[in-house]
Amino acid sequence: MTLLTTVFAAIISTIIWYKGAPKSDMKVGTLCWMYWGASLMWLVDAIFEYAALGAEFFAPAPVDMLNDFYLGLSVVALGLILWLVILLVKDPKGVVRAALFKK
Amino acid sequence: MACFLVPAAEAVITTVAAKVIKSREKDEAVEISFADGIVQDAVKIKFSSKLGWLNKLLWGGSALLAFEHVWHGEVVPFFPFLTAVENGETAEMLAEMGSTGLMMAVLVTAVWVGMLAVSSVVEKRVLRASKSAQEGAQA
Repeated sequence: MTLLTTVFAAIISTIIWYKGAPKSDMKVGTLCWMYWGASLMWLVDAIFEYAALGAEFFAPAPVDMLNDFYLGLSVVALGLILWLVILLVKDPKGVVRAALFKK
Repeated sequence: MACFLVPAAEAVITTVAAKVIKSREKDEAVEISFADGIVQDAVKIKFSSKLGWLNKLLWGGSALLAFEHVWHGEVVPFFPFLTAVENGETAEMLAEMGSTGLMMAVLVTAVWVGMLAVSSVVEKRVLRASKSAQEGAQA
């Protein structure tokens, strides 16, 4: 469920990036790399888990699924926070600079 | 346990490599003709920028996986920071890093190599199309 949540976040952020490309005022690309990187790593985790559990891997207990979904949403939120910090620090539109140095 | 440390270690190496390569690279200018017939000078993306893609994949993935490990209590904010080390499960942890962690780093790198191959094909195709368009205009 964590993998699935992150993959959806990666797909959505990639679509948003593509719509805005080639301009990268909002640094959405950073978000795409982050989510895709995590998705690939969790995919490996899932493969190892599948190798250990077999078909049982696809039938998790509802409580485990809910907990994994909760984790997935938290991961997506953390990714958004990291992206926001990078966006404000790099400030590609100069908004923060303009706010700090008003004429 | 601590599988994210392997891609994180690779991220450190590739970040340093990207900085070193960037300081030695020069711009490679090319002429590109667009679909509307306009010819413009363009600069090819440097290898250090492409290495940046791998950096972002590795750092981003490692950061989010580190959070997952904190969530599951496998990473703690006090020494020795890894629950497996505290519980005397260092051997199991190292084995997991050598299997899952290594495969994570390998898969991310393999995907990046695939992206390099695709971008190289696209670059060659665009350059070839530009060349033939320019030759057509001259003839």
